[in-house]
This record gives sequence, structure tokens and C-alpha cells, in this order.
Amino acid sequence: MKFFVMLFAICFSGIAMAQKCSSKLNGTIDDFHDGSKIIGASLYIKSLDIYAITDLNGNYKFLNLCDGVYNITVSHIACETKTLDIEVKGNTIYNITLEHHVEELEQVNVKGASLKAQTNSSQETLLKSQDLENYSSQSLGDALKQVSGVNSINTGNTIVKPVINGLHSSRIIVMTNGVRLQDQEWGIEHAPNIDINSAETVSVIKGSGALAFGGDALGGVVVLSPQRVFLKDSLFGKTIASTQTNGRGLSLSSKLTKTFKDGWYVSGQGTFKKYGDFKAPDYNLTNTGLNSISFSLNGGFKTFEKGFNVFYSYLNNEIAILRSSHIGNVEDLVTAINSQQPLIIDDFSYDINAPRQDVTHQIYKAEFYKRFKKFGRLDLQYDFQNNQRFEYDIRVGDDRDKAAIDLELKTHSLKTSLKLDSDHGNIYEAGVTTSFQNNFANPNTGVRRLIPDYDKYDVGVYAVVDLTINEKLRLDFGARYDFNYYNAKKFYQTSRWEERGYDNDFADLVIDDLGTQLLVNPKFEYHNVSASTGTTYKVNENNALLFNYSLSNRAPNPSELFSDGLHHSAARIELGDLRIKQETSNRFAFSYLFSTEKLTLNLETFYNHINDFIYVEPTGTEQTLRGAFPVWSYKQTNAYLLGLDLSLDYMFTNAWSFKNRSSILKGHDQKLDRPLIDMPSNKTINSLHYKNEKWYNLNASIESELVLRQNNFPDNNFETFIPTTNETVLVDISTPPPTYHLLHLHSDVTFALSDKTNLNVGVSVQNVLNTSYRNYLNRLRYFADDLGRNVMLQIQLNY
Amino acid sequence: MKNFKSILAIAIVSILFTSCSSDDDANPLPINEEEIITTLNATLTSAGNTITLSSQDLDGDGPDLPVITVSSALAANTTYTGSLDLLNETEDPAESITAEIEEEDDEHQFFFSSSLVNTAYLDMDADGNPVGLAFTLTTSDAGTGSLTIILRHEPVKSADGVSDGDITNAGGETDISVTFPISVE
Repeated sequence: MKFFVMLFAICFSGIAMAQKCSSKLNGTIDDFHDGSKIIGASLYIKSLDIYAITDLNGNYKFLNLCDGVYNITVSHIACETKTLDIEVKGNTIYNITLEHHVEELEQVNVKGASLKAQTNSSQETLLKSQDLENYSSQSLGDALKQVSGVNSINTGNTIVKPVINGLHSSRIIVMTNGVRLQDQEWGIEHAPNIDINSAETVSVIKGSGALAFGGDALGGVVVLSPQRVFLKDSLFGKTIASTQTNGRGLSLSSKLTKTFKDGWYVSGQGTFKKYGDFKAPDYNLTNTGLNSISFSLNGGFKTFEKGFNVFYSYLNNEIAILRSSHIGNVEDLVTAINSQQPLIIDDFSYDINAPRQDVTHQIYKAEFYKRFKKFGRLDLQYDFQNNQRFEYDIRVGDDRDKAAIDLELKTHSLKTSLKLDSDHGNIYEAGVTTSFQNNFANPNTGVRRLIPDYDKYDVGVYAVVDLTINEKLRLDFGARYDFNYYNAKKFYQTSRWEERGYDNDFADLVIDDLGTQLLVNPKFEYHNVSASTGTTYKVNENNALLFNYSLSNRAPNPSELFSDGLHHSAARIELGDLRIKQETSNRFAFSYLFSTEKLTLNLETFYNHINDFIYVEPTGTEQTLRGAFPVWSYKQTNAYLLGLDLSLDYMFTNAWSFKNRSSILKGHDQKLDRPLIDMPSNKTINSLHYKNEKWYNLNASIESELVLRQNNFPDNNFETFIPTTNETVLVDISTPPPTYHLLHLHSDVTFALSDKTNLNVGVSVQNVLNTSYRNYLNRLRYFADDLGRNVMLQIQLNY
Repeated sequence: MKNFKSILAIAIVSILFTSCSSDDDANPLPINEEEIITTLNATLTSAGNTITLSSQDLDGDGPDLPVITVSSALAANTTYTGSLDLLNETEDPAESITAEIEEEDDEHQFFFSSSLVNTAYLDMDADGNPVGLAFTLTTSDAGTGSLTIILRHEPVKSADGVSDGDITNAGGETDISVTFPISVE
């Protein structure tokens, strides 16, 4: 019975439609961004199996349609395919807008070496997920070292801070999922609180050209981006497990993403790491383990026109610091320097004892965006970050388990930006960022605060223009203004206040006199102007040139201003200076890119002139009851940094290829006419790669890392009296360690388990020859050698 | 979506509101360092005769130098009984650090060095290793020189020579290091 009814209905409807099948559907298709007519777009009515193509004016038409609702698929090259239900009733006009994949087009592909993403003319390198996966068990700072010109400044081997073209800490901005990381980045022993596994891609921008992120990145910007969202129903993820001999450690990281066709998405990621004491070639590095737990949740809705994103991330790092690096006074330092190996060497252990750090960083973010037709994209974002840092020292009595440093840094940021991209390849962007930061130094430590309580307010406004003059030439201009305001409350010892001459210069800051201590209330404001301009010019298919000039100003950070007192974990007295003003950088960058099928060459040079460059260096000793301590003072000078970074990739055959990453850097103090302290030494990394797709996608490589001795260093050595031996000795804290050469091996194979699942198994050996070495930029170089041989097994499952 | 927008807007506003309304215009609390040792007093007695050697650094890690005083010259060819007293005088009344060291005497050891006088330990920790809060000091002929007193935290007391008062292999961290100018008459 049902069948007959159906049959009847179908026949009847067919007749009914047939009666009125003379309707016309027409309209135009234009571009969402600039309203330009789209030529050659196709429209397809599946139920009738008929096509229409837009003409030179973007017009289309369907003739002789019956009235009714039609499901029409509209598609065009480089556009998002759109499916619409259009009701036809008599002659109907229906105009359609299509969206170009603008974001894809922004990424000008420079073959092999790098992809441009964040800026036009800045020296930028993009690391993709394959580049990052090998560093899953390590840190962000380790992964970034594959970019030539990027080094790291370390405290041991688990506290790794990136150094870009010789600059680090407050001079580098780290962005994660659109949030500027605020994690007490001023300290050398404060590594970025980021899990490398949370990023899908990492972009390294040298210099301060990326003004949208901030105006004070004299060194550069590191942009970590999460997994891109695709508009389709999909569930995918990966799990990486690795284990290694050195540190007898384990790292496990997993990520799962679910996307929906209509734009919703949710993604979760977590990482767990545990390491025990690491080992130098000749001895255990007692108390150097790490426990790390992190996870993040990312979700939202994303379509071309609008979307939102909410993000939460949690990271806790418990880091042990080499036991032998904890020293009492300058005599202990002399003993340590003169000893060929650490003074305390115990059996292997997973214990994390004092000195140690326990740092927790949390990020909460909400972002919303909307695109307006023929106009652009408006973005609004709020984020909150909470950074809790405990540092535990070797203490006596009741204070044994009490933290010596207990700082809680809270940062709220609100930012909005408007990006106009409707003007054929020309992009105009403007934005406002504001933030409020509060630092609380817990007095329960019983140790005088190294960083005081403060409130900080920042407001920044910027505008950037990116012009496409023709197919070969692009220009960009940008300007930014930042206002920074500190309101700090700090106790100074009266004796220190007077010794520094603050009683003359800053007498009006004192708000309370406790006899031996003074409470002062510095309220400092800074006005910073930054600017950037540059051009990229494609000479021909193989050659491209890039030039960029950036001006930037950076206000001093709390440690440069307010440090005062004995830094127990470093056994040195660190003195900031309230008189420090902002530093100003003028950076000129020039790059030459050459690429053919076989060869990719990227030559980047820069000259960075910094007025009032802020640096810290040893300036003598101070005598206390505990003996003499070296004093490290923050100072300012005029300096320049000059460098050359080379990346070269050459494919001999499809199977064999060669890579070179080299960098040369010179940092010079112009006032004192001598080298700058703590400049990375010149190095070259050469590697030979073999791949064979037939053998389960085999990749194998051998890498040679040659780090030359830093011959340009200031002589900060000083003499001190050693009471036990009754003699005066020279404390050699300046001489850099000798040149070293390391060999590394890596190989991996991939097995396809199913259509969507594959298993990658990799084995790598670092420091194959078990070479003993020390690095100039490792703060623990006075006390112990760096890591010995490490064999690592990594298993990765993609699904 | 509309709903979402308003929810998001409300969320943002409420977060901002709650988080920015933080309390304090109150001043931070001052910290008086608890572990700091400001003063080392060494008392030497022999036949009713008392000599005091004192080093006092009231600003701790601050820039002021320790003030070192020696009450009088030592007598030649004499054995003194010595004792050490450590104080934190930033607190009122002054806190005795000596008691703390007595409690953790296995983790502390004093070392004496001088070209002019000889010293010997009079006290021991539970393991039978010397501590040095009590000691003897023996002078010989007249002359001038110095006496250095060092306190090491967590020394390796079992290392070679350490229990005899030789600091060379002691390791650990220096908590006190004071050199007194002395003369023997």
C-alpha cells in the first residue's frame, strides 16, 4: 500500500512540476573580501545533474527550472566549496559570496627551508610538526636550536631558554595560541613554561618586526600555534612515547582532536615526563631530574565568517638543580672552578632535592572573531595567566622545607585587533592591547624578596600595513606605541639604599622607615615607540631578497630595576638599579634566498645597534660574615650585535641530502670597547640525511655539531683572599670553555597500520662519542660537564 | 551564536570584574631574615683571663663590612679553652643560632686555621665527629698573625683529614668565614 502511495505521489509531483518548469534562477557570485566578481565558478544542481558557470561579470543562470528548493553546490579554485539550499519561485535572483582561502594565500611558500606565516619582511623560520616531534621529550629551547642563529642559555639541561641572535629573556616574546606568555621570563634560570608538544607549528621571528605581538622584542618572537581546524567531521590524534638512557627517563604525550563539518572543534592534549639524574660522560650529575605534567584543552567554533576559541592550559615543572652548583661564598666558587668535576657525586636517583624549582603556569583564554563582508576581520581576546614559582634552597633548621622564593605573578590581558584584507593582497591591521599584572612575593619564605610586590599596567596600540606592489615586490610598514607603568613596593636595607646613593636621588620614594629597612614605593612610567618597515623582492623564480629595519624600545624588567641582595641559588649578590631606563634597538636585517629543485640557501645577516643596552656582569666582591660574594650588577651601555645565519639544504638525489645550519655572531660594547658578556659562540651544524620510502619510509641521519670557543668575552675576573690557604687568588669566571664537537645519529621507520593509522619508531643517539664538553652559555659550566651519550627510543602513533 | 556571544561577553566582563577588584593597597610585610648569622663571638679563657674575638655584620648580605674586634692580645705559651656563640642580632632580642647548630651538629663543622696558634676540638656529634663549638687554643712564642674561623654546612666529615680539622676535602657550603687579626705577647 505504502508503495502505491509513494508511486502516486512521485508521479503527481512530477506532473505538478512539469507544469511550471519555466522558472529562471540567476545571480552573481562575488568575493567575500573585496566584492570582486568571481569568474569561472561552477554551480551544480545534483538532483538534476546540471551545471552553470559564472561569466566574466560573475553572472550565472539556470533556465527552465521548476519551482521548488534546490540543493546547489558552488565551487571555485582556491575557494571554500559552498552548498546552499535555494528556493526557486518564478524568476529568482540569488547572489552568492564565496570565500577565498585567504589565510592559506598569506603563506608564501619558500621552497624547503621555511614557510612565511606571521610577517612579510622579518627573518622568519617555521618549524612544522615533524620538526618538533623529535623534541617531544625535550624543551622548547632545545627544539628552537634547529633554526640557525638560535641558541640557548641554560641552567643545567632542563632549564633551557632560547637565545635569538644573541638576545634572550625579556627580549623575546613567546606567544602560545595567541597568548603572550607572562611567566617571569626575566630570569636566566626561568625557562619558558611551555610544553613543546602543545604546538603544531612554531614560528621563530628574528628581531622586533612583528609589532602585533609587542614592541619590546629586541631579540625576536616565538609563535607557537596549535593544530589547525579543518571544517570536516574528523577525529584524529597522536601519541608519542619515548624513553632514554641518560636520565633513565620517560616522556609520554598524547593529543586528540575532534572537528565537525559545521565548524565546532575540541582538542585535548597532555604530556608527562619523568627523568632522574642525568649523566656527564664521567660522572652522575647528582640532583638534575625533572618531573613535568602538562595538559591543555582547546575548543570552539570556527568558520570563515566568525568563530570563538576557549583555551586552558596547565603546566607544572619540578626541576632539580645540580647539587654541586649550590655554593656558599666566593671561596667555594674558587674550589668549584678549580675542581675538574662536581664536588658532590652520588648514585643515580629520581629524587628531586633542594636546590630545586617548582613552577606552575596556567593560561585561560577566550577569543572571538568576526569577519565583515568587503571589510575584514575583527578579533577580541581576553586571557588570564597565573604563574606560581617556588625555589627551594638548601636551608637549615625549621626552614629546611620552606621555599626561599615564592612568587605569584598574575596577568590579565585584553586585546582587540582589526585586520582589513579586502584590498587585493594589501593588508591593513590595527590593534590595541592592554594588560594588568600583579606580582606577589610571599613573605613567609623568611628570605628577603629578590623581586618585590608590584602592579604593572601596559597599554599598546599598533598599526601595520602590508602592501603587494606587484607579483615580485611587497612592502610593509608598522608602528607601535606602548605605555608601561610600574607601581612597586619594596624593602631596601638602609645600608644598601645609601650605598647605591638612592638616599640622594630617590629620597621621595620612601614611605616607611623601619630603622634597618626602608619601604619604598617606586612608580615608574615608560613610553616606548617602535616601528618596522621592510620589503621582500622576488628577483626571479630562484632568487629573493628581503630587507627589514626595526626600531624598538624595551622598558627595564623588575629584575633589572629592583634586584637587590644575595641570590642564594647563584651564590651571588645581584644588584638592579632604579636609574635604569629603557633600551633602544635599531636593527637592520638583510636576507638572500636562493632556491632550485636541489638547493635551498638562506643567508640572513643583521646589524642590531642597541642604545642603553641593559646587561648584568660581575663587578667585584662584597664581604659578609659568610665570606666574600661576587657582586653582579645591572648596567647600561651602548652596544651592537652583528651576525650572519646560514641555512643550506642540498639534495644530491631523492634519497640523499645534506643540511648546514651555521651562525656567526659578534656582540660589542661600544662604550668600553670590549666584547659583550654571554654572547653565543659561533657554531656550525652539518648533517647528512638518507631516506627510502620503500623501506617503511626510512629516515636516517648523521649530524655533526661543532661549537667554537667564544674568543670574544669581557674579562670580569677578580682577585679574592682565601682565608683557609691564606692567599689571594684570581677567580676566573670569564674564560669560556674550549671548542667542542658532537656527533648525533637518528633513524626512524613508519609502518602503516591502516588507512588512517601509522606507527613511527625512531632511535636516536645524542653525543655518540660520549664527548666531555661545557657550553659557555650554561650557567652550571663552572661546576660540571654537559650531558654524555644518550640513546633514545621514540614510538609515535598517528591516528 | 548570538547566545554564545552574550555568554562570552558576560564571562569576560565578570572575569575582569572579579579579578581586577583585588584588595590591596596594604603595604607588604617586612621580612627579617631568620637564618641570617650576624655575629660570631669567640671566647677564650685561661686562668680567669678572658679574651673575646667578635665579628658583627648587622646588615647581613648588605654592603656594610663586618666589624671585627679582638679584645686583647693572647699570652704566649698558653692553652685557652674556647667557645663559639652565633647570633642573629637583626631580631630583638637577639636569636641564638648556636642552639640550632647544636641540634644539627652532624651537618656542621667549624674549621680553624692560623699560622700562629694551634687548635683542637673539644666537642663531638653523635657519630663521634668533631663540631667545634668548644675547642682549645694553644699559643707558643710571641708574634702577630691571624685566626680564621670557618663554619661549613653539610661538610663531608668522613673525608680524609676533615675530622682532624683539615678543610681541604670538607666540601659543603660556607656559612661563616671570618679572619681575626691576632697577636701573641
